[in-house]
Amino acid sequence: MDFILEGLVTAVRLLAGLDPETFSAVWATLAVSGLSLTATLLLGIPLGFALGYFQFPGKRVVRTLVETSLSLPTVVIGLVVYAFLSRRGPLGDLGLLFTVSGMAIGLTILGLPIVLAITATAVEGLEERLRFTLLTLGANKRQVALASLWEARFAVLLGAITAFGRIVSEVGIAMMVGGNIKWHTRTITTAVALETNKGEFGQGIALGCVLMVIALVVNLAAGFFRRRAKP
Amino acid sequence: MSAKRLVLALALTLAMACPALAADTLMMATTTSTQDSGLLDYMAPIFLKATGIELKWVAVGTGKALEHGKNCDVDVLMVHAPKAEKELIDSGALVDRRQFMYNDFVLVGPAGDPAGVKGKTAAEALKLISEKKAPFVSRGDDSGTHKAEQGLWKAVDLPLPDKESWYISAGQGMMATLAMAGERGGYCLVDRGTYISYEAKAKGKPALVILVEGDKKLANQYSVMMANPEKCPKVKKDLAKKFLDYWVSPEAQKAIADYKLEGKQLFFPNAGK
Repeated sequence: MDFILEGLVTAVRLLAGLDPETFSAVWATLAVSGLSLTATLLLGIPLGFALGYFQFPGKRVVRTLVETSLSLPTVVIGLVVYAFLSRRGPLGDLGLLFTVSGMAIGLTILGLPIVLAITATAVEGLEERLRFTLLTLGANKRQVALASLWEARFAVLLGAITAFGRIVSEVGIAMMVGGNIKWHTRTITTAVALETNKGEFGQGIALGCVLMVIALVVNLAAGFFRRRAKP
Repeated sequence: MSAKRLVLALALTLAMACPALAADTLMMATTTSTQDSGLLDYMAPIFLKATGIELKWVAVGTGKALEHGKNCDVDVLMVHAPKAEKELIDSGALVDRRQFMYNDFVLVGPAGDPAGVKGKTAAEALKLISEKKAPFVSRGDDSGTHKAEQGLWKAVDLPLPDKESWYISAGQGMMATLAMAGERGGYCLVDRGTYISYEAKAKGKPALVILVEGDKKLANQYSVMMANPEKCPKVKKDLAKKFLDYWVSPEAQKAIADYKLEGKQLFFPNAGK
């Protein structure tokens, strides 16, 4: 129990004292989650929108597949990505294993179903009459689509926040694909895993607190955007 | 002090953003014991100064480390599973193996020692544990320690007790396995380095104490080797050779002997012996 208190105190010490290892892990976490969140949103929002907005044969199958992939265990994703990125694998020559970029690929696979499913649901949940109202107002097809997406913005933002949460707190993929290399691919979460394995529970709690500080900052920013986007 | 740390933190941030500026780098797969004991953190800057090579490593179980070597994911390995290593050398997956240091395993257990193994040889101890059905916690994760433990059961002609009720296969790292053994009042095979760390953390009241040590069968040999350049064309051959030559050099051997954890020497250099 005392390691929890010890951890809280250590967290303050690590942050205030600008501990290099901690900040290296912070940087790695931000780099990896920034890259993967960007990719997830750039791919997920347009595709999720299309999935919810348009009718096409096999739509239900695709929806089911997307929602099933929400349950993919992270270690399995990590293993599959490793298989592809390993030197023996098909993408081995890209040299992405044990790099931040490689980790970002794995984490994008994790976050994509979340954004796809939530965006698609949000768009599907829009009022039917919205489309007709926009058309009667003289909007063309593209304007209708963009306006519909804008109407769904709060749910889409929640999808982004959920994906961010999942990505930033992930361990299995980061370990398997990143290798937890100090100064390079050691993120806060993999550092926590290492410290707990070493029995340094206080250090583990401390790093966990640091991660929550980051998450808090990101969510405060998201809240700011949400207020600005209010009609 | 604070300004210096800020500069260091910023410098590291920039350094991570500019990988092209780094010195020659070499990728190594190693086991958790070399990392968790602090040896690699201690040796890496010494290695950099001596060779100009930045050593990057992934610390995983020995089984996984050997897989990484086979799959050409890394350039070099530092592991402690001689039998498994020799198999891969024979099959040509790995080459140029050099033994360079050893430490030992110890058998730990509750101070009460229900199976009465204190002071016995490793073989006798395992026999007693098996007969008395005393709880035994295993790493169960194909690590060097796990392989050594399995070797011990075989050495005393006992079948691997996987299915026995008193045998607990933890499937976790060394510290977690020790914690489990402490909770269950069980016996456990552990490398001395991790035990020293465990003992220090327990602040003088460890749940487990050393009961069997010094047996020849408990010696734990570490070796370095490289991925086969013929099978792994991308391997950094020249840097790997420098790496292998370094660990058996007198300079490295002395540095290893100088490394102490909680004031005790952890690893014993034995290159060329």
